[in-house]
Amino acid sequence: MTTAVPAGTPSQTLETTGQHGIRAHSDGAGAFVPVQTRSERFTSTDVSDFGDVTGREQSWKLTPIDKLGELISGDLDGSAYRVDADPVDGIAVTWADVAGVERGLAGIPEEKASANAWTQTEQVLRIDVTGEDKKRSLVRRSTLGTAPRAAHTVITAAPFSSGLVILDSAGQAKITENVEIVVGAGAQLTVVSVQGWDDDALHLAAHFARIGRDAKLTHVVVSLGGSVVRVNPSTHLAEEGGDIEALGLYFSDAGQHLEQQVYVNHDAPHTRSRVTYKGALQGEGARSVWIGDVLIGQKATATDSYEQNRNLVLTDGTRADSIPNLEIETGDIAGAGHASATGRFDDEQLFYLQARGISEEEARRLVVRGFLTEIVQQIPDSELQERLGAAIEAELAGTSLADEER
Amino acid sequence: MSVLEIRDLHVSVETDQGTKPILKGVDLTIRTGETHAIMGPNGSGKSTLAYTIAGHPKYSVESGSITLDGEDVLAMSVDERARAGLFLAMQYPVEIPGVTVTNFLRTAKTAIAGEAPPVRSWIKDVRGAMTDLRMDSTFAERNVNEGFSGGEKKRHEILQLELLKPTFAVLDETDSGLDVDALKIVSEGVNRAKENTGLGLLLITHYTRILRYIKPDFVHVFVAGKVAEQGGPELADRLEDEGYDRYLSDAPVA
Repeated sequence: MTTAVPAGTPSQTLETTGQHGIRAHSDGAGAFVPVQTRSERFTSTDVSDFGDVTGREQSWKLTPIDKLGELISGDLDGSAYRVDADPVDGIAVTWADVAGVERGLAGIPEEKASANAWTQTEQVLRIDVTGEDKKRSLVRRSTLGTAPRAAHTVITAAPFSSGLVILDSAGQAKITENVEIVVGAGAQLTVVSVQGWDDDALHLAAHFARIGRDAKLTHVVVSLGGSVVRVNPSTHLAEEGGDIEALGLYFSDAGQHLEQQVYVNHDAPHTRSRVTYKGALQGEGARSVWIGDVLIGQKATATDSYEQNRNLVLTDGTRADSIPNLEIETGDIAGAGHASATGRFDDEQLFYLQARGISEEEARRLVVRGFLTEIVQQIPDSELQERLGAAIEAELAGTSLADEER
Repeated sequence: MSVLEIRDLHVSVETDQGTKPILKGVDLTIRTGETHAIMGPNGSGKSTLAYTIAGHPKYSVESGSITLDGEDVLAMSVDERARAGLFLAMQYPVEIPGVTVTNFLRTAKTAIAGEAPPVRSWIKDVRGAMTDLRMDSTFAERNVNEGFSGGEKKRHEILQLELLKPTFAVLDETDSGLDVDALKIVSEGVNRAKENTGLGLLLITHYTRILRYIKPDFVHVFVAGKVAEQGGPELADRLEDEGYDRYLSDAPVA
C-alpha cells in the first residue's frame, strides 16, 4: 500500500457557523484539544516540567511504561562510563563536564525520559569529527551494568568534514539517554547506532540531529538485542539543501519490544529526506513500533521527502505497529510520500525457491535475509555490513523458522 | 533412461466458490530424450498439470499418480521433487528482494547437487551460460527477478535449466510475451540443455510458434482437463491451421 496523500493535517481553528446559522452546541467547547502539529509539542530540558507519564501521551501510548518507571522519573547515575574507541585522526572522543558543554543545539526533549536523562547527566561524551578525508570510528560500550543511568552524547561534524561514527552498544543496560548530532555546513556524516544488548536490557534514547546548509546525515538505527529498546531520532533540516537518509533495521524476538519514533522536520527550502525502516518479528509477544512523522513547514518549499516502513511477520503471536504521518504546510513541494506494509511470508517466494531444490527452512532464511539486506546494503561501510549480515544470521539461527512453536 | 509417468490424474483447486475439479484423468508418459508439447485452449488445465508436477500447495491431487522411475512423486515435498530431478520453468517467476542471482544460483545448485559446486568451474559455467543466453554480466548482481523485463525473467528461468541440469523439465508457457529474438535465444537454450543432458521436456504452450524452434516428438491436445487427442509433430501443424475450435465445439459443457 503506497499513497502520496498527507495522513495528518495541520490543526485548524476556524470559526464557522453551521448550516442555516445554527451554531454547534457549546458542550465540550472548553475541552482539552491535543496538540496536532508535531512542531508544537511541549519541550523542556527539565524533568520537573513534565507531569507523570500515564501511557496516554502521544509519545508513550505504544510503549510498555510499566517496565520503565525508573528511567522515566527515577534517580539516574549521570557519570562517565567506559567507552572503547580506536584512536582515529579527525574523530576525537572525549568526556567533558556537563557545565562546560553547550547542549540543546540539535534539539530539546519532548518527553519525560529524555528530560530525565538531560537533567541528571553529569559527564557528556563528545565526538568531534573534523577534516575532509573519509574516516570511521567505532565507539563501543558494553559494561554499563544494571543500575539505572543517564547519558548524553554530542556528535559534532565540523563544516565540510566527512566521517562515519558507529555507536555500538552491548552487554547489560538500563539507560535513558540523549544523543545530539550537529552537522555543519557541507559536512557528510554517517551515524550508526547498533543496539546489540543482552536480553534483559532497557534502553530509551532520543537522538536529535540538526543539519546545516548543504550537509548530509545518514542515520542508521539497528536494534537487535534488549528487552525494551526505544530509539527516537528527530532531524531538523534547518538550512537550505540539507539532506537526511534515515535507515532502520530491527529484529524482534519473543517478548521483545523494539520501538522507533522517527521525526523529520523540513524547515528550509530544497531539503530532502528519505526514511526507510524494515523489521522482522518472530515468536510469542515479539513487538515492534514504528511511528514516522514528517513535517514540511511553510518555509520548506521545493522539498522532497519519502518515508516507509516494512515489517515481515515470521510467526504467530507478534504485533507490529506502523504509523506514518505526513504534515504539509506549503503548496510548493517537489515530492512527499509515505508507505507502510506489514505482511507474512510470501508463499509464492517460498514455492519458487523450493522448486529449485532449496529446503523450506533455507528458503525462509533467504527471504528474511534478503528483506533486511536492503537496509544493510545501504550502510556505507563494508566491515559493518559484514558484521550486521552475521548478526542477522545469528538471529535467524537462534530459532527454527520452519517450526513456529518456539 | 528415466521415465516420468502420470496415471489417471485428477486435480482440483480451492476457489471462493468451493472445490473446482481441473484435471479429470490425465495419462502421460515421458522418457528422457523426448520432447512432448502440451497444447490447449485457455483454462484446459495445462498450467495446473505443470504446477501439480512441481507440487504447488494450491492444487490438490484427488486421485491418480505421478511417478519418476517408479518413485512416488506426489509423496515428495516441493524441494524433494526438484532434488529428484524435476524442474519447472515458471510462466510468472516471482521477485525475491535482497537475494542476488549469483547467491540464488549457488544456493540452488548446492541444494540439488548435495554439495557446493567447485568455485572456479562454477563461475565459468555461470558466465558461459549467461553469455549463451545473451545476458549481461551485471545481471548476476541483481536481485532475483526484481525489475527484470518479461524476456529477462524467461532467460533467467532457462539459465537455471541449463545450470541445474534436471532429468525432466516442464516449461510453462515459456514463449508467452517474448518477441521473436528473445524466443530464439530461449529456444536455443532449451535445445542446448537437451543436447548436453538428454533431459525429457514437457513443453506447455498455447501457441505453435515455439514449436518452430523446439521440435516436439509428441503433441498432446488438452481440452477440459483431459488429453483430447495426441499425435506427432503434424498435429501441431494442424492446430496452427485450424485452432482449437474443433475440440471446443464437442467438449462437454462444464
